[in-house]
Amino acid sequence: MNFASLAVGLVFGLGLAISGMLNPAKVLGFLDIAGAWDPTLAVVMAAGLGVNAIAYRLTMRRATPVLAAAFQVPARRDIDARLLLGSALFGVGWGLAGICPGPALASLGTGAWEGGGAFEPRILVFVAAMLGGMGLFALFEKSGSAARR
Amino acid sequence: MQDFTPLSGAIGGALIGLAAALLLALNGRIAGISGIVGGLLSPRTGDVLWRVLFVAGLVLGALLVRLCTGAPLAAPVELSTLTLVLGGVLVGFGTRLGSGCTSGHGICGLARLSPRSAVAVPVFMASAMLTVFLLRHVPGAGQ
Repeated sequence: MNFASLAVGLVFGLGLAISGMLNPAKVLGFLDIAGAWDPTLAVVMAAGLGVNAIAYRLTMRRATPVLAAAFQVPARRDIDARLLLGSALFGVGWGLAGICPGPALASLGTGAWEGGGAFEPRILVFVAAMLGGMGLFALFEKSGSAARR
Repeated sequence: MQDFTPLSGAIGGALIGLAAALLLALNGRIAGISGIVGGLLSPRTGDVLWRVLFVAGLVLGALLVRLCTGAPLAAPVELSTLTLVLGGVLVGFGTRLGSGCTSGHGICGLARLSPRSAVAVPVFMASAMLTVFLLRHVPGAGQ
């Protein structure tokens, strides 16, 4: 199961790199609908979604995954304030930098070498800030559940 | 439209979809990057190694493409440090509060016809597009 997740992560990283989505300029080019719009991100999303939507239906005919005891798929269907606020905040950060979590981490394998082969540490700044934001949420969750107790 | 690269986009996108499909079929997990990484910050016994290895694979996959093509995959990051920090914190906090990012809600949630993802994706797309519009097309808004 653990080896499979390494291999699957590798395929995900290959896909991100080939798709061009490790380039913040291309992501921002998609988000800039009033500028010289670059629809590539929509193609990436449609291809990924298409493959996964078909595979999902085939996979869910099985009672269990191949290498694990059970499927761990979110069951919630409610639309709450956290979902809306969280997604809106994520969008602001994504629009500012043109980097979302997958490309941020994958860029540790590439972005660090941009700029003519010189070490480019700036992607590390983004990844550190992103992990900080996630840590902030973990603290916020902890204090919230402590307050409810 | 000169930067539009539909062929590499479709191939890369299909590989991302394949990875998401494989993670569910093999390990029974959703390939949401923010969820996979977020789970490492509140670690539970026996639930850590697969996450670390997935992220290691992600980095290796990108590195492999970089080594094979020899070409940079991105222009040097020209964002200010403040933008990188603010953007990073908002992406990290927002994806955890909103239970997902482009991969978890976009590639996985929409494929499952999740009503939460059907709301989350248009919300973060609109919010990102509005942010870019303000920064690029409204004089003074970026200051």
